[in-house]
Amino acid sequence: MARLRHPAELAALAEGLVRARKRDQVSITVCGGTGCRAFGSGELAAGLREEVDKQHLSGEVEVKLTGCHGLCERGPIVVIQPEGLFYAGLRPEDAAAVVRALAHGQVADQFLYVDPESGEPVLREEDIPFYRKQKRLVLAANGRIDPTSIEDYIAIGGYQALAKALSSMDPEQVVGEVKRAGLRGRGGAGFPTGVKWEHCCRATGEKRYVICNGDEGDPGAYMDRSVVEGNPHLVIEGMLVGAYAIGADEGIVYVRAEYPLAVENLRLAIAQAEELGLLGKGILGSGFSLRLRVFEGAGAFVCGESTALVASIEGNRGMPRPLPRPRTTEAGLWGSPTVINNVETWANVPAIITQGADWFRCFGTERSPGTKIFSLTGDVRNAGLIEVPMGITLRELVYGIGGGSRDGGSSKAVQIGGPSGGCLPAGLLDLPIDYESLTDAGAMMGSGGLVVLDEDTCMVDMARYFLEFTQAESCGQCTPCRLGTKRMLEILTRITRGRGRKEDLDLLVELGETVATGSLCGLGQTAPNPVTSTLRYFRDEYEAHLDGRCPAGTCRELVTYTVNAELCVGCGLCAKGCPQGAISGEPRSPYRIEPRLCSRCGACVSACAKGAISKQ
Amino acid sequence: MKTQVRLAIDGQDVEVPPGTSILDAAHAAGIEIPHLCHHPHLTPAGICRLCLVEADGKLVTACRQPVRDGMAVRTDEERVRRIRRAVLELILSDHPQDCLTCDENGACPLQRYAYEYGIEENRFLGPDHERRRVPPREDNPFIRYEAEKCILCCRCVRACADIQGRHVLGFAGRGFPTSVGPALARPLTETNCEFCGQCVAVCPVGALRAKGRRFQGREWELRTVRTVCPFCGCGCRLVLHLKGPRIVRVSGGADGFRLCVKGRFGMGFVHHKDRLRAPLIRNGDGSREANWEEALSLVARRLTEIVAQYGPDAVAGLASAKCTNEENYLFQKFMRAVVGTSHVDHCARLCHAPTVAGLARAFGSGAMTNSTAEIESSDCVLVTGSNTTEAHPIVAQAIHQAVRNGATLIVVDPREIELADIAHLHLRQRPGTDVAWLNGLAHVILAEGLWNEAFVAERCEGFDEFQRTVKEYTPQRVEEITGIPAEELREVARAYARAKRGTIIFSMGITQHTTGTDNVLALANLALLTGHIGRPSTGVNPLRGQNNVQGACDMGGLPNVLPGYQPVADPTAREKFQEAWGVNLPEGPGLTVVEMMEAALAGEIKGMVIMGENPMVSDPDIRHVEEALRRLEFLAVLDIFPSETAELAHVVLPAASFAEKDGTFTSTERRVQRVRKALPPPGEARADWEILCELSTRMGHPMDYGSPAEIMAEIASLTPIYGGISYDRLEGAGLQWPCPTPDHPGTPFLHAGKFTRGKGRFHAVPYRGPAEVPDAEYPFVLTTGRILWHFHSRTMTGRVAGLQELVPEAYVEIHPADAAALGIADRDRVRVSSRRGTIEVRASVTEHALPGTVFIPFHFGEAAANVLTPSDPLDPVAKMPALKACAVRVDRI
Repeated sequence: MARLRHPAELAALAEGLVRARKRDQVSITVCGGTGCRAFGSGELAAGLREEVDKQHLSGEVEVKLTGCHGLCERGPIVVIQPEGLFYAGLRPEDAAAVVRALAHGQVADQFLYVDPESGEPVLREEDIPFYRKQKRLVLAANGRIDPTSIEDYIAIGGYQALAKALSSMDPEQVVGEVKRAGLRGRGGAGFPTGVKWEHCCRATGEKRYVICNGDEGDPGAYMDRSVVEGNPHLVIEGMLVGAYAIGADEGIVYVRAEYPLAVENLRLAIAQAEELGLLGKGILGSGFSLRLRVFEGAGAFVCGESTALVASIEGNRGMPRPLPRPRTTEAGLWGSPTVINNVETWANVPAIITQGADWFRCFGTERSPGTKIFSLTGDVRNAGLIEVPMGITLRELVYGIGGGSRDGGSSKAVQIGGPSGGCLPAGLLDLPIDYESLTDAGAMMGSGGLVVLDEDTCMVDMARYFLEFTQAESCGQCTPCRLGTKRMLEILTRITRGRGRKEDLDLLVELGETVATGSLCGLGQTAPNPVTSTLRYFRDEYEAHLDGRCPAGTCRELVTYTVNAELCVGCGLCAKGCPQGAISGEPRSPYRIEPRLCSRCGACVSACAKGAISKQ
Repeated sequence: MKTQVRLAIDGQDVEVPPGTSILDAAHAAGIEIPHLCHHPHLTPAGICRLCLVEADGKLVTACRQPVRDGMAVRTDEERVRRIRRAVLELILSDHPQDCLTCDENGACPLQRYAYEYGIEENRFLGPDHERRRVPPREDNPFIRYEAEKCILCCRCVRACADIQGRHVLGFAGRGFPTSVGPALARPLTETNCEFCGQCVAVCPVGALRAKGRRFQGREWELRTVRTVCPFCGCGCRLVLHLKGPRIVRVSGGADGFRLCVKGRFGMGFVHHKDRLRAPLIRNGDGSREANWEEALSLVARRLTEIVAQYGPDAVAGLASAKCTNEENYLFQKFMRAVVGTSHVDHCARLCHAPTVAGLARAFGSGAMTNSTAEIESSDCVLVTGSNTTEAHPIVAQAIHQAVRNGATLIVVDPREIELADIAHLHLRQRPGTDVAWLNGLAHVILAEGLWNEAFVAERCEGFDEFQRTVKEYTPQRVEEITGIPAEELREVARAYARAKRGTIIFSMGITQHTTGTDNVLALANLALLTGHIGRPSTGVNPLRGQNNVQGACDMGGLPNVLPGYQPVADPTAREKFQEAWGVNLPEGPGLTVVEMMEAALAGEIKGMVIMGENPMVSDPDIRHVEEALRRLEFLAVLDIFPSETAELAHVVLPAASFAEKDGTFTSTERRVQRVRKALPPPGEARADWEILCELSTRMGHPMDYGSPAEIMAEIASLTPIYGGISYDRLEGAGLQWPCPTPDHPGTPFLHAGKFTRGKGRFHAVPYRGPAEVPDAEYPFVLTTGRILWHFHSRTMTGRVAGLQELVPEAYVEIHPADAAALGIADRDRVRVSSRRGTIEVRASVTEHALPGTVFIPFHFGEAAANVLTPSDPLDPVAKMPALKACAVRVDRI
């Protein structure tokens, strides 16, 4: 394609693309996110294409591998546009049936999503409760466009924010618009993006950088990955607008190497944008230039911290720089003023420019405008990627979108904010999701991890699990983080093993304070959150452990298996199934479990046909 | 600008300069804030978190946080103390509780804080508690690393990066098992570690320690003696830490901190079993021990006999660049006043004689014009003919620092030396072509109008002839002669000429040529042309090679000058000394080192006295030297070890090492510093000055100096540049000459406002090619030089086990292309031959060598590079042989 030398040429290209497209073009969009791919969506798409050819529909029907659709629980997902027909849980061998139904103008009922509440199948994507209650601004195009096609992006109005900024706004106006929109950093800290840009504009230094922080490291979180995989041009455009605003001519997207698809799509997108003159020198014929490259991180969680990320790009070990130090907006990469925003933040920028700050402020709350993407996991029916307006309550999120607990029971708690986040009890489910409310409640927004916990989750064990993660990811340089988290972990471990001491809870509180206030960077300062928040809301569970009980029944050492003599028929199946030889007895009389030999594996429970073995 | 910041620390008003850290401000106010990762020589890291204090209500690290006006700091708040205590407890929970058997016991800050904070019981210890269990590492010759003791304060990491510029150490791993060490946990010997031991010096808890240090004494059992390093000319001030008569460890440095591997770990020779303990008298092929009376009488008698029979000029003496100023002064006095000859010289002849001659002609003084520390503030450093990193490690540190400060570094050297790694420009000239490129630089500077016209007009002379000469040295012509690309030459000329404070640093690569004096003059021309002289951080700076080679020259250990460079040929000077010494002095200049050997071979010199020198390794054409020494009727050697030269002596007199006597050394930057006696000499060994007094007295010229201080008083009275120097003024950092009067503060840089000789003199120096050029039979150019790990003829470093372990034998560096053509692989044994002789060494195939050029370190007596070097022809002025460029062939064995 020819280089675009003027914003008008971009507009003309977009118009041409739209015109070339049939108004009722049938499009089978197959989710190509990493999750659905793991379930064979790549093969499914290939199969669909083959079937389309075979059934002589290639002129009328296109098959598109898109970004993540969000309802990962039911993947692979296929949506047939324009009517939005939604199929879930397809296998590659289902391709023929899908195309056959399409050819006959029918619906393949067997693939429809069934609402667990009503038991009724739902036809269209927008009618599924999971989608209905979301507000997808950033993810809007994720399920509709082919991330490897810049034309797709341009056809839906892509790069218009860039064109608008270049042709009708000076950099101050761009900064002003973002500032007025009240966009806050979606990486977790919630720093106002416009203010950050303004700081950078005020810093002295010719050379400036924009960096996209795609070092998403929270276990189970994949918000940024999905955006980069599904709509890389959106991130690039956001960075272009930011670079124009602060006067940067070089940008880096820092993505972890564990995200190969994101890296691949991004590299391709950069090459396409360069070819069209949307990146590189003299963008759209203006005096503005931006060179963008991808930097693959090696997967250290701490590299999500901005100074550690900069150190990593500079070729050093990724370690945060202690305070006091200049802000990265004053002295960031190679000592030059640098704006670092995370993927989701950058992805919010284009719409703010095209639609304006006032439009953006229609969503969310006064202090936290806009939407937030979460990866919703744990004990919910509809696990997946969701985007909701700020201010929505946790309850809405867990029940309205997530569909509530799998077994229909009630949720016990929500762990929000990633490994450094906190646990909020069910009693706080009406808390609105915004930066301040979450922090006040002892959790945090974080980058968007959200785990729903049921009654079978031991809160002590859960705190131990998250601390194990942060401990292993501590960069090791400061004492409280390296050793404080280690000692906290040791204490938690012994509590879950029934060896806790009565002074341990106070010690955890004190250590928590030492680590939170004494650590050098955000990782250490927030690492105790899972412990302190569970101590705050679930202290009774800790105390139960000290008394030798695990209320959730998950801490093996605190569980005892016993045979109910009244139910036992003396068949001996349990003894046969026990790998430890811990069960003995005479036929036709009740068997006995020797606690000293029992490894609490639970094999006897499954072996017993009479339900005579219980766990306490 | 505000000069002071006012703040309150624990309610106490404190005033400090802006930029001061809270830690330093508190310290100044007498309030101690505990800290472990902070060290005054290192950039503050703020990672141990022990120095957390409350400033205006916020917790900050006192080591990193600069003070602000009106700041209110609390160092003793309950919250602060609680966190500090917990941090201490945490550190102690991962540290072995082995204070009872730890060498650091009593000197360890962690131990002290544990005591001060009363951490009796650690709440984190118990059955679930894990401590890092890592065996100590000793897989290198010098450093023991006990990872279990390591508290990860990363002082060592910063010392390695910020001070030494090596970046060998870093963090490894994550979380609890995080450790500190070289990348991929390789042994230090496989990294670019220089074993400077800066890491050891800064380790607060004894995790990094010198090998062999364990159980040699806890700090409070050690006594300290301040003295000066006996190796190169950098003049590092050492602190010897001794338990009884044994040196247990070494600390110090010119800045109180930096040392190199030899200074820090190279003192083992002092206690070596090979030390000479009694006088030896030749006995047929061997020798026998004798008592002092017999040995001294024999020397006195034989010298007296030779003088009586052949005249005083049949005796020659070599003074010593290793001995003290006082001893060198006495030595030349002994030769001149007692024996009655001017035949006194020393190995400076083979290093900086061309410098002394050249710079004296150009500026009036033959020493380093500026001080080492000034290099750090230079904005353009031109290093040529100096492998500074290896030969003058501490000066190299200053160059590294200058580069970190933003200076342009230019290296002109045929070899890919370490400094070339950080140089902005590295020009590789063909050996022996220095005058050509130096004239070429002047040509470009003149042609492009970059010269300092005002300086030349005001302060220089001889410009016209110089200008006419350099006109011919166009960059193209220079490229033909030297191989340096014309454009690179221009770039260097521009960088140096445009600098505000350009400095030139050079060494043997400039002087050890038959054109050595010309080379030096050509360098001096550049400084005159650009005005880069007579100001701080500029100048022409020869790096002197030995601990006291500067002093040995200053003291008149040269055949043509009396102490303080007062010419022998000058009757007024002679008269002054005649009057003071009460004798008549010989009129003419005497013979130089190489000429002495010629004269001995010719039978004109019959007797020699050699004090602490080893010409059997360090002089050119060793076979020739050996023949000459064997022809002598009598040879007396004063030394601390049975050197190759001592083996040929009729009498060997055992001397005290630097650690066993008082005196002064003068470093390369003209700094006169005190050497102090730390322990008694072994056996019956005596200080050289005592031996010289005895000899002199026995030869009819009584010398009864009570101490070296008295000798210095005599030196000061006769030597204007040392006129103001006395021992009571040398307690601190010493004095830099010229220091003419007792109230003179010394002179950090020379030629301010006026050159020593009046006007700076340009010299027209046309290019002359090297004396011996490669041909079909001898196709390679040989250059010789030093390496970091050894010193001079290895009499000392060859007896330091760790240094021997690192580099046990000689080798020849050869370029891979040349090696391939000869079928030589790395570490093959090869034969290197010249017209003088042949040695066998291992090949080191490396791109550090220039194609067509080979390099052999000169330290190794058993494969002495100087078997190959020529003693003829000599530099016409300074009598320097061509040690840096002769023709050799290399053959596979």
